Amino acid sequence: MNKDLLLYEKSQPGRRTLRLGRLDVPAADLSALPAGALRRTPPDLPELGELELVRHYVRLSKKNVSIADSFYPLGSCTMKYNPVLNEAATAIPGFNAIHPLQDSGRVQGALAVMKRVADALAAVTGLPGVTLHPAAGAQGELTALLVAHRHFVETGQKQRKMVLIPDSAHGTNPASASIAGLQAVEVASGPDGLVDLDDLAAKLGEDTAVFMITNPSTLGLFETKIAKISEMVHAAGGLVYMDGANLNAILGVARPADFGVDMMHINLHKTFSTPHGGGGPGAGPICVTQELERYLPSPRVVEEEGGLRLDYDTPYSIGMLRGWAGNFGVLLRAYCYIRRLGAEGLLRVAQNAVLNANYLRVKLRGAFHVPYDRMCMHEFVCNTKNQREQGIHAVDVAKRLIDLGHHPMTIYFPLVVSEAMMIEPTETEAKETLDAFVADMLLIAEEAKHEPEKLHAAPVTTPVGRLDEGRAVKDPVLCYTCSH
Amino acid sequence: MRPNDRHYLPSHEWIKITGDTALIGITDFAVDELSSGNEGDLVYCDLPEVGRTLEDGETFGEIESVKAVADLNTPLAGEVVEINPAIEDHLEILSEDPWDRGWLIKIKLATKDTSKLLDAEGYEALLASQN
Repeated sequence: MNKDLLLYEKSQPGRRTLRLGRLDVPAADLSALPAGALRRTPPDLPELGELELVRHYVRLSKKNVSIADSFYPLGSCTMKYNPVLNEAATAIPGFNAIHPLQDSGRVQGALAVMKRVADALAAVTGLPGVTLHPAAGAQGELTALLVAHRHFVETGQKQRKMVLIPDSAHGTNPASASIAGLQAVEVASGPDGLVDLDDLAAKLGEDTAVFMITNPSTLGLFETKIAKISEMVHAAGGLVYMDGANLNAILGVARPADFGVDMMHINLHKTFSTPHGGGGPGAGPICVTQELERYLPSPRVVEEEGGLRLDYDTPYSIGMLRGWAGNFGVLLRAYCYIRRLGAEGLLRVAQNAVLNANYLRVKLRGAFHVPYDRMCMHEFVCNTKNQREQGIHAVDVAKRLIDLGHHPMTIYFPLVVSEAMMIEPTETEAKETLDAFVADMLLIAEEAKHEPEKLHAAPVTTPVGRLDEGRAVKDPVLCYTCSH
Repeated sequence: MRPNDRHYLPSHEWIKITGDTALIGITDFAVDELSSGNEGDLVYCDLPEVGRTLEDGETFGEIESVKAVADLNTPLAGEVVEINPAIEDHLEILSEDPWDRGWLIKIKLATKDTSKLLDAEGYEALLASQN
């Protein structure tokens, strides 16, 4: 059981890590502030010596699981290794000690990084209009839908409000459509897991704004009829949006513009090795056709005689989407990655990501059921159908993997597969790591047959055991109650 | 064999007609699909207001589990006249008895045309074909 105390519980009156020197500037006059805004008592902050503080955080860090200490096949998330060189670049003062309001003449290096990232993304996608503003993939989706809506308003087609989305899509797709003031309409998948063209044809019409497609799909399958789909959407007057979450699989192999995509977002934290999660920041740039470029958010980096600058004079733009022009530190890491690998290296990223996923699929398909068992892209979905009689669910396999030292795969997504386990190894894993994972998955499959209770009890090696996820949703305790 | 005193949708809702009204619920298969082996896996159910008019096939609410959120669709058109007061805080009733105590809403039928719905046999065949 976790016996770790909180900083507040470890606090002892008078303990200090640092004592501030005597004030050597005039004290600020606070009398101008409203009385109600002035604090009467000091804040109740924990008081600890430096060693206690350092130990506290080092102990916490040891409980963390990350790509830096274990295999992390979390499907749909592309948990590739984030090279240390990316971090080194962000430590350069010319990049980390600047401000967006600085005179552009003094930040030419940073503006050049932004321009070059945008150029590289345009080359990868074949779509020349790039905005680096969106702070995540979902914000990229929203940006693109606002751009599409503006395009339809400008061209006298305001009635186009329907956003068609396959049932295997990321949940953010219909959510983005709703937030943009448009209406999400579900399109069915056929038995092969790909878009059902008859259902798509039936739903396309004069009210169609955008068809949003994730390609490769969340089943790890390339939409083989994508060119035909784009043709159908364009014939109906709609735009094709590609959720670029799975771009890693086709980097340098296929350019989305060539199969009819008009707009797409790119998750730099997936495909271009910038850090995931931890509360961000992220980056989800979008790329669009030349026709749509003028609607992109403002400001944008432009190149003129004499250098680069941020251009705020963008009359057709949907406006500002967030503060400034993107999460610069994230863009810089992506730039570093792109330059280090080059075009040839990026192609090998996709090839090895696909190779690794297929290696795992073939090694595991005897033990676990693979519903769409054919050549996959960067990830594949298996499930616990073979273990059903033993009462084993995907969650049991996932929790047992924790005991065996792996981060679990994504479970219960995509929704079109019952008891789904979605595995994405990424290109950065060595064969030995993949083999060790396979050995443990096969062990779990054996345990499911002979000792199913072992799976139901997992995890047993963690500070806390199996959590009651239902209760966590129904009766969440979100506030710390101070006990001292 | 599932109860043959009612009709089914391919999206796993059932409807049981008695006179001018009908009870609507979800099947044991739906409950199993949403659960991962624990009684408390169903966490939330959003049901319509009494008085709301539902079209054929309309989504009237949603049910959430630790695994997923699923739409609830009405097999037939009608007006909502009652929601099951027992289940709001006790969704485990759906795991225990999805056919009787686990009903979700009661509607006053606008139509009794069940020709587009599945009977128990048809629903069983559908499940078998998906397996």
